[in-house]
Amino acid sequence: MPADPSTSRSGSATSPGRLVRKTVPLRHPGRWAAVAIIALVFASLVASASANPNYQWNVVWHYLFSAPILTGLSHTVELTVGSMAIGIALGIVLAVMRLSPNPVISTAASVYIWVFRGIPVLVQLLFWYFLSALFPRLSIGIPFGPSLLSVDTNHVITQLTAAILGLGLSEGAYMAEIVRSGILSVSPGQNDAAKSLGMKGLLTMRRIVLPQALRIIIPPTGNETIGMLKNTSMVIVIAYTDLLTSVSLIYARTYETIPLLIVACIWYLAVTTVLMFVQSGIERRFGRGFMPRREPGRLARTRARLFNRSATAGATHVAGGGDA
Amino acid sequence: MPDIPMVQAIGVSKRFGHIEVLKAVDLTIPKGEVACLLGPSGAGKSTFLRCINHLEKINEGELLVDGEFVGYREHGGKLYELHERHIARKRREIGMVFQHFNLFPHMTALQNTIEAPIRVNGETKAEAKKRALELLHRVGLSDKVDSYPAELSGGQQQRVAIARALAMQPKLMLFDEPTSALDPELVGEVLDVMRGLAKSGMTMIVVTHEMGFAREVADSVVFMADGMVVETGSPAALFDNPQHERTRSFLSKVL
Repeated sequence: MPADPSTSRSGSATSPGRLVRKTVPLRHPGRWAAVAIIALVFASLVASASANPNYQWNVVWHYLFSAPILTGLSHTVELTVGSMAIGIALGIVLAVMRLSPNPVISTAASVYIWVFRGIPVLVQLLFWYFLSALFPRLSIGIPFGPSLLSVDTNHVITQLTAAILGLGLSEGAYMAEIVRSGILSVSPGQNDAAKSLGMKGLLTMRRIVLPQALRIIIPPTGNETIGMLKNTSMVIVIAYTDLLTSVSLIYARTYETIPLLIVACIWYLAVTTVLMFVQSGIERRFGRGFMPRREPGRLARTRARLFNRSATAGATHVAGGGDA
Repeated sequence: MPDIPMVQAIGVSKRFGHIEVLKAVDLTIPKGEVACLLGPSGAGKSTFLRCINHLEKINEGELLVDGEFVGYREHGGKLYELHERHIARKRREIGMVFQHFNLFPHMTALQNTIEAPIRVNGETKAEAKKRALELLHRVGLSDKVDSYPAELSGGQQQRVAIARALAMQPKLMLFDEPTSALDPELVGEVLDVMRGLAKSGMTMIVVTHEMGFAREVADSVVFMADGMVVETGSPAALFDNPQHERTRSFLSKVL
């Protein structure tokens, strides 16, 4: 019996008119070439690291957890935390000052930012360290009047205080701009709403504006913190025993320069890794109300990205099998 | 005294730079009344509303809420601007609902509603929460108390905003185009809440383009244009028998 249109239409998926064709995804040979090059470079790095005796991995291992290195590392972390704490606190104050309607207050903040952003941090460190050459004694009192409290500058400005002042005060200038951009990103309607509920300026800033501004402020602040971790190595010029100074003191004695620099690199990278995790945790905390709920953490996201491809491919395969 | 009006404006003027936004506005709104402010955009309706709770400072005239100045105190025939904390105290009694909701996006509906009662009025969390839940129930959002604003529709956000303002137990509610930013199908749910609030006896000043709502709910309708009050009257009088040409031409375009 000849096939008539009606049976064909009511027929199964096997009828020629309803054949479901499989799709073939576009191939990307260029990507595969790039992957091959990356693999090659990586392999040669590994080969050189294992074959080249100048790396002196045994020396690296010997010093990695040694007492002077760990002391240097703890000083570096202290400096980073202390300077960033000063920088952030100062940044918030300066940002609020810059947004003040009073021109003297906002100009004062602008001048501070101009000076401390404009002078290299290295120069600022040296300047604080040699402060006693300018002011042998530091005193608190009335300008042109009697002094209330006076101390020897060299007692107050140690290597540590010079380092924290130099790094923290200049950081404040950068943080001020970051905080200001965060505050400006909060819509003026939020202020109106808070005011209309009877909230005062400080309460509004603390409960409404800053928590929202933090969402904008945190990613660049994470950047600044990681930058600060590395900038602390500049205190080598005032001989404060941070990680890099501790390393350099050892290789100046033993001439094992490369393995000791590798020790420093390993620790800087380790701390940076920790800081990145901390940052992504804080970002999720302040993303409340802006991000989808229960967004998976970095690990889960990476896992999903790595295995998603094969999972989708599997699903496609199953679907294709069903169609066939 | 029962005759003190809730809002009394006498010759209120407001300038932004050289632009006169309000020109000697006189207006009296008695307690318990619902007044709708109508008029073309740029008429100064929203600015007038914002002057009432001192979000904008007036340049001339007097503006009294329940017989008291909001942003000033009178002394020896002069008006002195008050310190922020005194203004904040007066603002607690005046609730405001905004066109763009202005909910706090980092707080849930419940947190939005209890924030000011706790932080400003010093209520305990338990009592603030109890009233907030009642209010969120009243605006029909009992199932959304733990939702963030981004998870709510515009109409739901605006209803949370109304609950948030009511949580301060104000004696006057200001609505600044509360439905203008909403999809048409969501306007009704917000107007229903406002209708219920009007029935409960709340004094309300509503800037709106919803003529049907104004006609049905308002006790008085105020038509403003070019920073001036052109005409005031009952909805029936103003809509069916407008006295001024400017009112007639506006109504002929919107009705």
